[in-house]
Amino acid sequence: MLAYAVLAGLIFGLYFSLVGLGLNLIFGVMRIVNLAHGDFLMLGALAAISLFALIGLNPIGTAFVVLAAFALVGFPLYYLLVPRLLRAKDPEMLSIMLFFGLSQVIEALATMAFGPSERSIPGRVLGTGPVQFLGQRFPIAWVITAAASAVAVSAIYFYLYRTRLGYLTRAVMVDRDEALATGIDVHRVSAIAFGLGLGLAAIAGVFAPFMLGSATPAMGVELNIQSFAVIVIGSLGNPLGTVLGGAVYGVSLMFMQTYFSTWANLLPYVLLILILLVRPSGLLGRQVRRA
Amino acid sequence: MPRSLRHLLLAVLPVTLAASLLPAVYSNQLLLFNFVVFLTLAQGVNVIYGFTGYLPFGYVGFFGAGAYGFSLCVIHLHAAPPLALAAGSLAAILLGLLLTPLLRLSGAYFAIANLAASLALYQVISNPNLTDITKGPYGITLSGVYQPALSYGTAVAIMTATLALTVFLRNSNFGLSLQAIREDAVSAAMAGIDVVRARTTAWLLSALIAGLIGADFAWYVSVFYPDTVFSPEFSIFAIVFALFGGVATVSGPVLGVLLLYGIYNVIGISTPQYFQLIYGLLIMLLVLFLPNGVVSLMRKRGIDVP
Repeated sequence: MLAYAVLAGLIFGLYFSLVGLGLNLIFGVMRIVNLAHGDFLMLGALAAISLFALIGLNPIGTAFVVLAAFALVGFPLYYLLVPRLLRAKDPEMLSIMLFFGLSQVIEALATMAFGPSERSIPGRVLGTGPVQFLGQRFPIAWVITAAASAVAVSAIYFYLYRTRLGYLTRAVMVDRDEALATGIDVHRVSAIAFGLGLGLAAIAGVFAPFMLGSATPAMGVELNIQSFAVIVIGSLGNPLGTVLGGAVYGVSLMFMQTYFSTWANLLPYVLLILILLVRPSGLLGRQVRRA
Repeated sequence: MPRSLRHLLLAVLPVTLAASLLPAVYSNQLLLFNFVVFLTLAQGVNVIYGFTGYLPFGYVGFFGAGAYGFSLCVIHLHAAPPLALAAGSLAAILLGLLLTPLLRLSGAYFAIANLAASLALYQVISNPNLTDITKGPYGITLSGVYQPALSYGTAVAIMTATLALTVFLRNSNFGLSLQAIREDAVSAAMAGIDVVRARTTAWLLSALIAGLIGADFAWYVSVFYPDTVFSPEFSIFAIVFALFGGVATVSGPVLGVLLLYGIYNVIGISTPQYFQLIYGLLIMLLVLFLPNGVVSLMRKRGIDVP
């Protein structure tokens, strides 16, 4: 039981790192809160379900499709919304309202297109039979999702630390004005990070039906809170801290579900408030962030 | 005539008169009651967000706390409604006190933590394990104290008191010091304002407003489920209405409620997703182009808006 809770927690932890990663990347680079993050996840999930139903596309294929599609959507969306927002007096605060508005628009459009009912995708699409791992048995869909999450997180690590564009991205994270003064095209770098953030959200969404059950147009709100819990536990603005946050969140969620199942729903909220209150300097103070 | 008296006559009196007299000529009292509830909640948001700058994304937590404080007092103690109203507001104030540490968080973090707090409270109250105490997810029935006329009148009284409070904040040193804190807390402290005390007062006042109207809501509808009184829509609507009209004024939130909640009642109930689409777009346009609300159009032209 204990071993199962820990291992399943780590599997979910990897997945939750992917869920929070896009949100944290956008926050880290632009200092804005993408409250529509959960809704982009929801769109990814609906894309996986409908592409599978229409043309039988495997979710792994869909992951690549949505990454490209959402990155392309993110680019113009950035230029439409963010530069104007960043000129305001308090962009961080206003971004909450702005992206809340966007999330309502997305949810409304998704409800019109897909209807409010729950949809899902059979788990056997990703393979059948359980996987034996350290004496515990897990559904193969979980293992594939965890592997895909690990690949996505590593790719972001490679992007940030081994490519020139990633180098520039980290410069913008450390200090936007100084980066601008050095001659970095801050808007282009931010727009790419914005697109990547949306693409990562959509990829996380593709695997959501396997990890979180069915998908509905209204699922975004709860996913937002979970993503926030994950990235706040890790470190806001530090994309790789998300992995730590995901692991802590995943393991504690599994422990709650194993030992106090009726109270498990409380976990993300309580964890979020406690971390914000107990370690405010570590989480809010930008000086401790290592980009 | 003093400015505050003029504001009372221009912004508060017409609303109170309309809310008191309309039930005599218009039969859909529930609709009027909902308007009164949102007029009150939007002003409650105004007190904390408009004057102090803290965005209460989980404002509905106080509303729900008030509703449950009222109902549990009636169910378990068989209290009379006035006493239960006091219990409801006490519950909201206690919740406010419990959440005061959140005021240490800035901007976005406060909003998210407040949202998480309201969702956590909802999870606790609707937990099936607590059915003996809170009736869990099965909801509350208070048929014994059902008095629509009296509870409607109480709601109008609560709304009037709330409006009067905003007139006071708009025209007093206390309101000015709150706005100074919103603009720059450090400078405000340097100018001799007790920052922590002032913003805690505003926070608890705003909690009290939502708690009172939440308790009265429980009294008026008398049958409800936890997801009715903890619906995030209460927070969202109240914030959007207040923002739309323009915060830190008396008439802004009133205008916002009358216009937007009016639209909601025309199209929102039959086709909620169209209303969601419209208000989503409206929020985005507001934030980008009119962050100070509709009344800022008049204030820019030098008109003194209440």
